[in-house]
Amino acid sequence: MLLDFTEKGIYCAQAGVYIDPWKPVDKALITHGHADHSRWGHKHYLCTLQAAPVIQHRLGKIDVTPVDFGETLTIQGVKISFHPAGHIIGSAQVRLEYKGEVWVVSGDYKLEDDGITEPFEPVRCNTFITESTFGLPVYNWKPQQEVFKEINQWWRANKEEGKTTILTGYALGKAQRIIQNLDETIGTIYTHGAIENVNEVIRGQGIALKSTVRVTQDISKELYPGSIVIATPSSVGSSWIKKFAPFSIGSASGWMNLRGARRRRSVDRGFVLSDHADWNGLNTAIEECGAERVFVTHGYTSVFSQWLNEKGIKAGQVETQFEGELAEIGESAEKEEDPA
Amino acid sequence: MKQFAELFTKLDQTTKTLDKVRALVEYFKVADDQDKLWTIALLSHRRPKRSVNSTLVKQWAAEFGQVPFWLFEESYHVVGDLAETIALILPDPSATSNHSLAYWVDFIRSLSDLEDEVKKKKMKEAWSALQSNERFVFNKLLTGGFRMGVSQKLMTRALAQYTGLDENLLAHRLMGNWSPGSTTFHDLVLSKDVKADDSKPYPFYLAYALEDEPQALGDPKDWIAERKWDGIRGQIIVRNGEIYTWSRGEELVTDKYPEYWILKDKLAHGTVLDGEILPFKDGRPLAFNILQTRIGRKNLSKSILQNSPVVFIAYDLLEYNGEDIRSWPMHERRAQLGQIVRQVNTQVLHLSEQVEFDTWETLGREREKSREHHSEGIMLKHVDSTYRSGRKKGDWWKWKVDPLTVDAVMIYAMRGHGRRANLYTDYTFAVWNEDQLVPFTKAYSGLTDEEIREVDRFVKKNTLERFGPVRSVTPELVFEIAFEGINRSSRHKSGVALRFPRIKRWRKDKPKEEANTIDDLLAMLKKYG
Ligand SMILES: [Zn+2]
Ligand SMILES: [Zn+2]
Repeated sequence: MLLDFTEKGIYCAQAGVYIDPWKPVDKALITHGHADHSRWGHKHYLCTLQAAPVIQHRLGKIDVTPVDFGETLTIQGVKISFHPAGHIIGSAQVRLEYKGEVWVVSGDYKLEDDGITEPFEPVRCNTFITESTFGLPVYNWKPQQEVFKEINQWWRANKEEGKTTILTGYALGKAQRIIQNLDETIGTIYTHGAIENVNEVIRGQGIALKSTVRVTQDISKELYPGSIVIATPSSVGSSWIKKFAPFSIGSASGWMNLRGARRRRSVDRGFVLSDHADWNGLNTAIEECGAERVFVTHGYTSVFSQWLNEKGIKAGQVETQFEGELAEIGESAEKEEDPA
Repeated sequence: MKQFAELFTKLDQTTKTLDKVRALVEYFKVADDQDKLWTIALLSHRRPKRSVNSTLVKQWAAEFGQVPFWLFEESYHVVGDLAETIALILPDPSATSNHSLAYWVDFIRSLSDLEDEVKKKKMKEAWSALQSNERFVFNKLLTGGFRMGVSQKLMTRALAQYTGLDENLLAHRLMGNWSPGSTTFHDLVLSKDVKADDSKPYPFYLAYALEDEPQALGDPKDWIAERKWDGIRGQIIVRNGEIYTWSRGEELVTDKYPEYWILKDKLAHGTVLDGEILPFKDGRPLAFNILQTRIGRKNLSKSILQNSPVVFIAYDLLEYNGEDIRSWPMHERRAQLGQIVRQVNTQVLHLSEQVEFDTWETLGREREKSREHHSEGIMLKHVDSTYRSGRKKGDWWKWKVDPLTVDAVMIYAMRGHGRRANLYTDYTFAVWNEDQLVPFTKAYSGLTDEEIREVDRFVKKNTLERFGPVRSVTPELVFEIAFEGINRSSRHKSGVALRFPRIKRWRKDKPKEEANTIDDLLAMLKKYG
């Protein structure tokens, strides 16, 4: 096989590179800047030009080679290129070709154009390694216009009641997607510091993100009612949000598709908005890449691979080979770094 | 149905009482009378009976959603709610409909007499015409698990605001033996001449659990103490020569307790007693599960009546000589009640005895003896308290005895639901029988999120065998299990069944060898069972 599943991560022995490895290696191809994909400690990093600034911002001084989307590198006969995954700005699927055999590693992806991320492009291949965060038929997203219509309506209603609107989303990706789709004529968009730091990096790479104001001590509390504050998920229930009272707080995530999750989240409103492919998205992506073999990682691996096998697509779950490691990743899905 | 589904969504989106009441009032303003009546019925535990077998519903939904049955089941396991799973899995609706809530409830009820194939066809038509939140509500009604996150009390409050009527008056009007088929919104709610419904009970007054020390209640002289009996809360009504027995779930259970029928001749017209339906034999209460053996029965055989007879332990008097006396102070109601019980003078009617005490310390010692009396603790009632409706803080308190505990070893773990579907959250515990571990209970709750993650890691690393969502694990972790009571059970391998088991804490300090034994459990059974 061109790629192997090792305990350090997905490995291409021919080229001597790992993809999103979770233990330190010499050469790492990184699909995107989320913490469960780009880890600290590798000797050399390769990622897209568009993902590099954020990865450097997160990991500090690293040795990184930025590569443009669609540009081909050849390492020991293996042709390597990055293609848009539509997940967050700069996120890529990695294509590897050797002696006519093509593998694509999806990283995280979604099919819907979110208005700020380079839209997903299907890449033909023989073997596709797909994520399956939402690999169950109960996960199907509404078009984002509908969701943002609800969000903007909620903001407007809160404004009428003299309340501040607080919406939480992960600092990298979700937050910028939200900001870009808000109706800024309603009021000011404030941001949590962790989000504004990412915003600065993104504006620095020439992307025209809507204007936002960092929440600081100096801002008078009277200014918040009527405006919206984009906060990190860890803000829910923290003392940081007290200064925005009276407020209504919401959360934007794919998990909000389930009523139980909405209720446990202890927020007023849950909006179903994910940067991962939904059930139909996963199935469409697999169809369009034309792969005859699929490996399933990152999510409902066993269920989704069984489904594919029954449909006649040869599929295996990566989990079986080193469940311990993947269990750890699964857990990080509970934590802040891995956005859903 | 749109309005009702919207109401449901609004109620679901907020945890604030005020917002819920507001949403209900808004709904009452726009809904037509028949829908209002059904909404009141649904929110007062008058749900339609299940008319379709849920396995069939699953199969149809899977088929219609074009997923294999196993995948439907996997999804259901993750979502944790059948109605929601179906709503999420079905394809987008192909039509719209403007039918009312009442229409859909009738539709569901009409299914019960149909052939399965016809049911299936009708179900598909219904699903195709309902939007996603309507579908969810429809499925909830269909599968019988309908809950709206609104208590009957809140609904009554909203109805009071909407109609301008007094809340307590309404609460009383909504009780008793009605169904949307037997009355109208106008007759039930608005009509002043309450139809002589002799069976109508009063709303029960419920006590809060005492969390602080009883000293905080002040002078012991202001309080009446009674044993808290482990039976079923009930109301006995005698009016116009008839007797009606109600249980707390607002269920008319007159037929289930023939022991009480003699009271219809012994109690005067217009008498309503509040008390406990308690299994009782040879001068002492029996365990609660004895009562359970007769609850589910349609026919009460002679042997059941002989083996699990009940008495009524009266502790309050709500109606006397046809007059509602709930506003009398407790001590006066009690005195009158005592007189009635003495006059009636029969084996089936007892006065709930007062536990005498001068100081809270004396009462504390009495509480320690609760289990010996087959009681759950002590009830405290303020001598001057009126009989209120629902759960209101301040006048009535239950001071429960501390739970029983054992240390047990975890031997199986099962995956959780919803967001926790990737975590092992439900465990089975065992105690020692010589060198064997015998499973005796499951428990779900009690650990912090952090601890659950830690146990989950342990489960994944120490799996011995897998059976679907369940794994057996290396016996190693010890937990303290708390429970309210223990009974003999032939259905359990261990021979015992616990009441309300939960995890009290993780005993990281205990090696598995030091967990309790089956003999310890049997000793508890002997003492308290
Ligand atoms: Zn990601
Ligand atoms: Zn990820």
